[in-house]
Amino acid sequence: MSPSSDSGQGFEYRQELAGREIPRSREGSRSPGWDEPADLEKDPAGIPDPALIDVPIALRSEIEEIMGRYPERHSAALPALAAAQRHHRWCSPQAILQAACVMRVTPGYLTSVATFYDMFELEPAGEHVVYVCTNISCSLRGADELYDALEAEVGDQRDITLRHFECLGACDIAPMVSVDQIYYGPLERSDAKRLVGELREGREPLPELRLALRATAASEIPEGTKQ
Amino acid sequence: MTDAILLKDIDEPKLFDIEVYERRGGYKSLRKALAMSQDALIAELEASGLRGRGGAGFPAGRKASFLPKGDMDKYLVCNADESEPGTFKDRELMQKSPHMLIEGIVIAAHAGGANHAFIYIRGEYEEQARILDAAIAQARAAGYIGERILGSGLSLSLVLHRGAGAYICGEETGLLDSLEGKRGNPRLKPPFPALQGLYQGPTLINNVETLMTMPHIIAMGGAKYAKLGVSGSSGTKVVSVSGHVQRPGNYEIELGIPSREIIFDLAGGPPPGRAVKLWFPGGSSSPVLTADDLDIPYDFDSLAKAGTMLGSGAIIVVDDKTPVLDVALKTAKFYRHESCGKCTPCREGTNWTVRMLERIDAGEATPMDLDIMASVQDHIIGNCLCVLGDAMAMPIGSMIAKFRSEFEEHMESRRLAKVA
Repeated sequence: MSPSSDSGQGFEYRQELAGREIPRSREGSRSPGWDEPADLEKDPAGIPDPALIDVPIALRSEIEEIMGRYPERHSAALPALAAAQRHHRWCSPQAILQAACVMRVTPGYLTSVATFYDMFELEPAGEHVVYVCTNISCSLRGADELYDALEAEVGDQRDITLRHFECLGACDIAPMVSVDQIYYGPLERSDAKRLVGELREGREPLPELRLALRATAASEIPEGTKQ
Repeated sequence: MTDAILLKDIDEPKLFDIEVYERRGGYKSLRKALAMSQDALIAELEASGLRGRGGAGFPAGRKASFLPKGDMDKYLVCNADESEPGTFKDRELMQKSPHMLIEGIVIAAHAGGANHAFIYIRGEYEEQARILDAAIAQARAAGYIGERILGSGLSLSLVLHRGAGAYICGEETGLLDSLEGKRGNPRLKPPFPALQGLYQGPTLINNVETLMTMPHIIAMGGAKYAKLGVSGSSGTKVVSVSGHVQRPGNYEIELGIPSREIIFDLAGGPPPGRAVKLWFPGGSSSPVLTADDLDIPYDFDSLAKAGTMLGSGAIIVVDDKTPVLDVALKTAKFYRHESCGKCTPCREGTNWTVRMLERIDAGEATPMDLDIMASVQDHIIGNCLCVLGDAMAMPIGSMIAKFRSEFEEHMESRRLAKVA
């Protein structure tokens, strides 16, 4: 929408607001950019022109393959964004534009989707992404302290992106972390140093704590207490 | 523990491989089910009394019967977006026995007459998704998925769809929107998904554990399965026990056993020297119970009678050293984060509940705040499109009701600390 198409008080009001910072709520929003006023000078972006957008061939073929799985191409939005994120390490404007170009949707549509889901990185992410579950079951077993210990180990370096995460569905190994989507637990606070150290050395961190290696809990009930 | 059904062979090495699964009797139920008519299959499921294992506990056989007859595209969606705090049963089941899920999906598709099936798995379950993808490829190669399965009239496609981190996508209509590539906002009901669901077509949505139980019902017969458990809650259930217990994990129980047996005999109870203060019987959305309620039988109806619910079957135990305010704040913050924002009572109610709880911790609250907070919970319940807001209001409301004096003491001590 161009300014000339707007009329009356509304436009002046919004222009007045445009220069000021308007906090939406005390907590802020979970979507970056949400607290900034809209750019009224800018037209909404249409479906990207394939002739003008350079999409890496691997990403293009991956998204096209994904679209082929569904009766409706829009269903590919989440996996396409995930693929774009893998290629660019985060859902950058460029990544979203490329995915939108292949999917034949507007970047605004994919942005609306990307901002809804927690796993899409809306800011540049590090080489490794570590989720720490800090929901009830994990926090009862020391997840908040574990997070603090990890935060201290990671320090100011941006190679590791550390995130609080809601229940990751692994309360049996609480407190636990998901390192680049692989689950490890239960962790002690003292494991934080090793985890960050081994990640930085390029090794699998805490391999013996990998969830996939565990047997079911029922198999570990000591004899005698069994019913 | 009674004879396990779902967890019976679960620790068998390489059960995720189709050969091992078949050697263990896998896919035999599918052959049996495909030889049955659709009506006979639904009758068998109804006879079993199986109730949905995802949270709502709706009879699974009846749900399948709601799909209209006819030649249109019909969809089966397996809800594997397990994100209810405290729940991790589907993760272990899918990771260790993916073929049991696939077998259940094909059986349910036959019951509902579906020709397209999707598994909506939460994005965080990367390892499980990879295992399932490999299993789907094996099942397709073996002819259990595809055109005219095992020579029958059933054709079925199966696609694994990964979510991207949103609790609301476990809500069935939020899940459908997400599967259609949108933000996962819940839809207005009716129309119910059985008539207008995915891509506006008839859709049957079942939880992982519900689907994985179906092959066993077909194998043993619905009537025999109905004899397990108690009246109104037949069969076995995989219960996820976590929090302050010595052996957190998944345990398969026959429904109707005393809750104490699950928490103490199986999960080992709280660490030595500590006692149970409160426990969530069915995930963080269920109203809390106290140490006095440990003898309540663990089944759908007994828990409903006690004013709470079996939910997803996730028991979270909190010991006597943990302030109830901490638990309330963690719970409320989770729902504030996960509210999709579509309905005002939930969006605002979750936010203001967190702020009021923080006021207590900051020493700025007055006892009247507890009444206001309780009334906020009352105004959320039943006033939204989905039950996410209710899922916060129910446990918080129950905590205020059952631990009011502790809230007041906490409030007073924080206030005095602030004044000092």
